[in-house]
Amino acid sequence: MNSSDFIHSVYIAGLAGGLLIGVAAAMFVLLNGRIAGISGILGGLLQADKGDKLWRVLFLLGMATAPFVYQITSDLPPVTIEAGTMQLIIAGLLVGLGTSFASGCTSGHGICGISRGSIRSIAATLTFMMAGFITVYLTRHLIGL
Amino acid sequence: MLNLNAFVVGLLFGLGLIISGMTDPSKVIGFLDLAGAWDPSLAFVMGGAILIGTTAFTVAKKRQRSLLGAPMRLSSATGLDSRLLLGSLVFGIGWGMSGFCPGPAVVSAAAGQPKAWIFVASMLAGMALYSMIERRGK
Repeated sequence: MNSSDFIHSVYIAGLAGGLLIGVAAAMFVLLNGRIAGISGILGGLLQADKGDKLWRVLFLLGMATAPFVYQITSDLPPVTIEAGTMQLIIAGLLVGLGTSFASGCTSGHGICGISRGSIRSIAATLTFMMAGFITVYLTRHLIGL
Repeated sequence: MLNLNAFVVGLLFGLGLIISGMTDPSKVIGFLDLAGAWDPSLAFVMGGAILIGTTAFTVAKKRQRSLLGAPMRLSSATGLDSRLLLGSLVFGIGWGMSGFCPGPAVVSAAAGQPKAWIFVASMLAGMALYSMIERRGK
């Protein structure tokens, strides 16, 4: 493996991206005192009784700006979405409902919650990972969607 | 200042998701596909994030206020309940079906992927449905 292969390795990319996500989550809790949980930030926008909308909008605007900032230096990595429209609609509903009931998703429970040492977040993460593994097994290897 | 930081954090978070490969649903499904050509690289994303996160949260837990003086809002909930576990189960099924979780879906939608728009619209409908169910229950 030469150095360029090493830099382009998916493992290094994963680790580098993960460290950056960690820095973002660290900045948010240390400066704003908040959990960088995307489902919670989105969900809070939909609750009429919550007055704190501006920071949520700005956080999401920052996220939405990321692909454009990335494109300053290089092309966006390829994205392949295999799921069809119906599958995406059902999956979206399940993700919206599930993360709301569970008060968190991959970021809020999986990263921030585990970093905090929360038993609830560890249990939530194990549960959604297991459900993900089983769902992919069923759809890919048994039903063949 | 807090609002500016929210924007910066959102931007860095989004860049991290793109760099790590999390915004490609086929890669996420490759990570979840233990019985297929398993791609374990996404475990490094969580590992890297938790490595930094653990240090930050260790400091944060000891504080009443953030460095900018905002109240420290960490969840005080303890114990496992069916809402947490069933909700996570339902989320995991949707994640496995699509390869999308909320953050990467938002970034992909912003990058102009029409299929991500469908997913995000449906996810927001699911969150709105939750709010309706909660209001009715009160």
